[in-house]
Amino acid sequence: MRRPRGIRVIAAATAALVPVTLGLTGCAATPDPGTVTVLNSATDAAEHDANQKFLDRCARPLGLKVEQISVPADTVASKALRMASSDSLTDILELDGSELPQFAETGGLRPLEEVGLDTAGFSDSATSLGSFEGTQYAVARSVNSLALLYNKDLLRAADVEPPTTWAELRAAAKKLTSGNTYGMAFSASPNADGVYQFLPFFWSGGGDEVRLDNGKGEAALTLWKELMGDGSVSKSVVNWNQQDVNDQFVAGRAAMMINGPWQVPVLSAQDKVDWAVATIPVPRAGQDAVAPIGGTVMAVPKSDDSGREKNAGKILTCLNSERNQLAWGESVNNVPTRASAAASYAEKHPELAPFVDLVATARSRTAKVGTRWPVVNDALAGAFQSVLTGRAGPEAALKNAQRQASAGEK
Amino acid sequence: MTTAVPPAGSLDPAPPSPSGSSSSSSTGVPGKNARPTLKKPRRDGHSLLRWLFVLPALLYMALFFGYPLVRNVVMSFQRYTPTTYFTGEAPFTGLDNWRAVFSNELFADSLWHTAVFTVGSLTGQFTIGLALAVFFSRRFRLSGAIRAVLLLPWLVPMVVSAVVWRRMLDQDHGILNTALQAVGLADGGVPWLSSPSVALLSAIMVNIWIGIPFNMVILYGGLQEIPRELYEAASLDGASPWRTFRSVTLPLLRPVITVVLVLGFMSTVKILDLILALTSGGPADSTQTLGTVTYQLSFLQLDFGQGAVVGNVLIVISAVFAVLYLRANRADFGTGK
Repeated sequence: MRRPRGIRVIAAATAALVPVTLGLTGCAATPDPGTVTVLNSATDAAEHDANQKFLDRCARPLGLKVEQISVPADTVASKALRMASSDSLTDILELDGSELPQFAETGGLRPLEEVGLDTAGFSDSATSLGSFEGTQYAVARSVNSLALLYNKDLLRAADVEPPTTWAELRAAAKKLTSGNTYGMAFSASPNADGVYQFLPFFWSGGGDEVRLDNGKGEAALTLWKELMGDGSVSKSVVNWNQQDVNDQFVAGRAAMMINGPWQVPVLSAQDKVDWAVATIPVPRAGQDAVAPIGGTVMAVPKSDDSGREKNAGKILTCLNSERNQLAWGESVNNVPTRASAAASYAEKHPELAPFVDLVATARSRTAKVGTRWPVVNDALAGAFQSVLTGRAGPEAALKNAQRQASAGEK
Repeated sequence: MTTAVPPAGSLDPAPPSPSGSSSSSSTGVPGKNARPTLKKPRRDGHSLLRWLFVLPALLYMALFFGYPLVRNVVMSFQRYTPTTYFTGEAPFTGLDNWRAVFSNELFADSLWHTAVFTVGSLTGQFTIGLALAVFFSRRFRLSGAIRAVLLLPWLVPMVVSAVVWRRMLDQDHGILNTALQAVGLADGGVPWLSSPSVALLSAIMVNIWIGIPFNMVILYGGLQEIPRELYEAASLDGASPWRTFRSVTLPLLRPVITVVLVLGFMSTVKILDLILALTSGGPADSTQTLGTVTYQLSFLQLDFGQGAVVGNVLIVISAVFAVLYLRANRADFGTGK
């Protein structure tokens, strides 16, 4: 899940730097055989409690207890690595989908098939989010993506329909820009937030993360550059994370924005802006938008005790029953990954239906490049940042990005 | 400078140092006579006792400074990835990591940015801090209250300041641009954080703001130590304020100044949290420093080997300045007392 970042990043950085450089390891107490431990990022009290309720409901019939260890989203990976080095990794490990390949590659994760979890009936995009080199190592209970959110009142006042193509987007954004209000807002920050928002444009235009300079990615860069050149987008987007974009939208300073369903609680809690969701515009009418799929996945680290692995597998199976997935998806505003659960979700929440449609065709960031994703992520961020700030043209920027991305290839 | 060498020789096993005649003749004789008397008690176990007192500190240093340092150096020659944490295997790859880092354009850029950031921050922090310290060293009403307010940046967590500044520096709605526009100084708004050519300057500005209290407090303390009579004497001699500052304040403040500058240098050169919260290294990598590059390599790309290389470069830079600081301080002990 792409969640609001900001302060967390730094807290994470500081927290992560000290112990790792020291090479010290966490405490490795022998765990109670009746307890299944989970490492996740549910540091928010409400999210932690909601999660515990689902976990308890699954564990009780099995005579088990579940204990969550929650750390900030950006420290999950480094915490997990430290735990791994002292053989004290939890029974279930919940990671951001984009981090899974790094862990799967280590050989430290148990293929889900071996712990008795069947992923038949899951959407293809969700399956790809949890797999590495053809093996299913992790499962996503729910996933998210990005869509175009718009301010109904502002669009009505300007007599603009929600745009469906890039040309319409540009025209609409221009028309909606007036006074203190920009027509459009997105995050172009040089980190995961910005890259996540760039991908639907990059991919829909034919861009390819394996060959950044295949000649088709430039279109998306040009579009972003034009939107800024028209004055329809604030020059500050190079600093805005997804949270900032939402703040601008809620403050009425942006008529349309790219964002994800995790903003729904914030948007629903305010009554200043009447909003709605549409799919992300595509280059030409009739095309399908290719959006990135995001969310957390749950994996089972290898353990000396196969009983523990089996218990973890049983909990995962239960969490991913159709009923639990639907209820979980509703509680976090994400789309369930079982096709059948997703269908009932769309039925019950028509206002979020565009997300459901997107998720079915959405693409995993790591499906093609696997463990190289973090390098590609940085290269892409460099590309749109240098284009938006006028340091390079789209073509040169992507050539440079490709050089950067392949420099790390071994 | 050479006077500093003999004390180390007091642990020399051979009391009448054979080389002493040649080397210490140039540095002066007094130390030489004192040495044999220092040596004597060693046989009664005093020396052992002395070492016992030093031992905890040595162990502490070895564990918390020596070990990570050595590990970091070794790591920079290894292929150290997430797999290492699971399997414990970290194959040695020779200079691969070093080559990769040094051929990365970002590294050269970040080195340059770090230099500009450090020099800019230190200059600003120090001059403003010193000016304020001198200002407050005169007694006047409300001086205490104003000083307390000036300390605030120090009390606010770095990340919080950075986030607040990020809002204030927003090109469209930031308070700084709104104010500038109100007085007609900046028409389109200054792109504080959204232009690659201004962002580093803005980051320096924020860091100066954060660093002023530290400089002010330490320098203020130093100023209090200077005897009042000297100023009276200077004014009797008819020295101008500037002349007094240059001939009385500055020289007597010198030891404090070195402390402030070196400590400031150490904390500025490895800056990470401020920049991550302010710009995340952007726009277009214009605020990437050695600190953010280490973070990016180690914790985002999970290439701990390459991260260690940049870390080592930082350590070397810091070490050079630490040595300069120690030498400068020793010189002070030699001449100042």
